[in-house]
Amino acid sequence: MASNDSQVPAIMRQGKIAPWLYLLPALLVMTAFIVYPGLNTFLLSFRNNANTGWAGDNCVAGQTCWGIFENFHYALTSEIMLTAFLNNLKWIVFMVTGTVILGLLIAVLADRVKYEPIAKAIIFLPMAISFVGAGVIWKFMYNFGTGETQIGILNAVVVALGGKPVSWLTEPQINTFMLIIVGVWMWTGFCMTILAAAIKGVSTEILEAARVDGATEWMVFIRIMIPQILPTITVVMTTMVINVLKIFDIVYVMTGGNYGTEVIANRMYKEMYSSFNTGRAAAIAIVLILVIVPAMIFNIRRFREQESMR
Amino acid sequence: MKTQKIKNWLRGLSPHVILIIVCALWLLPTFGLLVTSFRPVQDINETGWWKILDAPKGEKEYNTYCAECHGKDGKLIAEADLSNPELVQKYRRSFTLIVLLKKEIDGKPHLGELEVPDENISANIATYMRRISGIESRPRFTLSNYIDALVGYRGNTTYKEDCAAGTQAVDLFCDTRDLGNARGMGRAFLNSLLVAIPSTILPILFAAFAAYAFSWMDFKGRQWLFALLVGLQVVPLQMTLIPISRLYAQLGLNGTFLGIWLFHTGFGLPYAIYLMRNFLGSLPREIFESAYLDGASSWTAFYQLAIPLSLPAIASLGIFQFLWIWNDLLVALVFLGGEHPVLTYQIGNMVTSLGSGWHLLTAAAFISMALPMIVFLSLQKFFVRGMLAGSVKG
Repeated sequence: MASNDSQVPAIMRQGKIAPWLYLLPALLVMTAFIVYPGLNTFLLSFRNNANTGWAGDNCVAGQTCWGIFENFHYALTSEIMLTAFLNNLKWIVFMVTGTVILGLLIAVLADRVKYEPIAKAIIFLPMAISFVGAGVIWKFMYNFGTGETQIGILNAVVVALGGKPVSWLTEPQINTFMLIIVGVWMWTGFCMTILAAAIKGVSTEILEAARVDGATEWMVFIRIMIPQILPTITVVMTTMVINVLKIFDIVYVMTGGNYGTEVIANRMYKEMYSSFNTGRAAAIAIVLILVIVPAMIFNIRRFREQESMR
Repeated sequence: MKTQKIKNWLRGLSPHVILIIVCALWLLPTFGLLVTSFRPVQDINETGWWKILDAPKGEKEYNTYCAECHGKDGKLIAEADLSNPELVQKYRRSFTLIVLLKKEIDGKPHLGELEVPDENISANIATYMRRISGIESRPRFTLSNYIDALVGYRGNTTYKEDCAAGTQAVDLFCDTRDLGNARGMGRAFLNSLLVAIPSTILPILFAAFAAYAFSWMDFKGRQWLFALLVGLQVVPLQMTLIPISRLYAQLGLNGTFLGIWLFHTGFGLPYAIYLMRNFLGSLPREIFESAYLDGASSWTAFYQLAIPLSLPAIASLGIFQFLWIWNDLLVALVFLGGEHPVLTYQIGNMVTSLGSGWHLLTAAAFISMALPMIVFLSLQKFFVRGMLAGSVKG
């Protein structure tokens, strides 16, 4: 970016006003829809739920009170929020590792076959579908019949193997994982595509040299391939962490955050539009951005580094 | 030597096996949904979609108990023609059928040496008889789920049957006007288009203006303003919802298309500016220099040079933004709600209110997925490019 000034020679000075006319629409809309609400949310997080006074009003007599930070007291310590944090953590751990490992596996395998474009298109297809559509698809997969017939394929398999059908989405120990599988199904294609591009960039000469020296395919993969694409893996992982932190639609559609599947973004939506607690909702939004921003800054920096290396 | 060959062959095979299994698993959920959406509602709830090619219900039992005398098509005994609807109508339920089966015919048991079947079996036989007599024509595949979903039909039979019998709901007209029914996916499809098209064009247009100024015009504060605008990408969507919906409540913009267009425009801009600026900035500067030297105004240079040259970037950006909005639930839920229901909103509603109306849900989900899938399959290159570049978006 530092080189921009040299890019624009004197002839491109088109007067003092013209550039601002070009910028005006974007500036107006962005101020109104990002800058203002961002600052306003910050303020609201310190106000009471009806925005008629400060957050201290939300305190319950006889219980710990954080005064003006009372909304954050709720956002950081209430039981439902702790569940949400724990669930988001589960999402991060399992969805990020799941998508990256599967994406890598498919990218490596697809690199060796002739039908690579078809295989990749199949894996990438769920990216084109809405979370809501995916929610319907998987609710059907997980369908739990109380009677003898199971129309959900997962339970049909369980029954065929001699097991008892499971109510996948209401069983507290497993339901979050069932939702994570949906996320993995949707986002593996994304990871695969980026990783595949990185794999294509690994020089074949080095790989061939290692193979000639007698290295097994596994060793070539672990010792040569992985280190070379490690920067890309980092970017993909961070991007996935950001995506997962904001996960909302899957949970909203499939369980509504009930049965112990609550996540941060869904809680925020509920506080705002079911309970009309704007203060609490704003505080949750602030907590969410505080968690996301470091990951984003990290990611943009890594992205830039990579771009500049090309 | 030979074992070595087989070993090598197996090693060469294993990536194919793994890959094909993974791909099959990936397709399975969508495929199941697609098959189900074409099945009659009773079938959906009776058998899994993978049994679609199985024999129809009761055929096996019919063959065991009845086919020998009555024939496979039920027509062998003329005085007891099972393909005659009037006859079968009398014995359409298992209890009437059992009575008949227990009766003696010409002094011999009806079923000969066979034992009279229990209720379940005879119910299945009755089902099969209703099928071959044509009382209950249940085709393997049907389009009625799609029709019902499009017009928002909520009843126990199908829209077509209700309309034929004249028992449709009061707000249905049984003609093309029903596609505009507020409960239906037809209307929602239109609403989704009405939301997504302007919300795609506006930010790209505004971003093109701004990106042009950032790339090929000189003004004070260019650097830091660009950094600031692009930095706004980190603000998550959730953070802007609350103040905007309060503001909209005051301005009366909640539940209006204008409101959601503006919101998507604002939220799409940081990334759009970033992408457009990168693309425009990478164009050779001689073109713009010579244009200015020839006396072209900045406006001419913008719309005669910059815009046509950046069409590839606009395509990627456009597809990304369009699908992002098409698939969005949260923003539509907050700013449009039930006022102008879009596809995602409508499906979300059906999931929570209908419970297991799978025939409608599967069809509705496929209606919403059709357009993104077509876009994806036909414009895969642009789609993937836009998706990847957009991965840093908030």
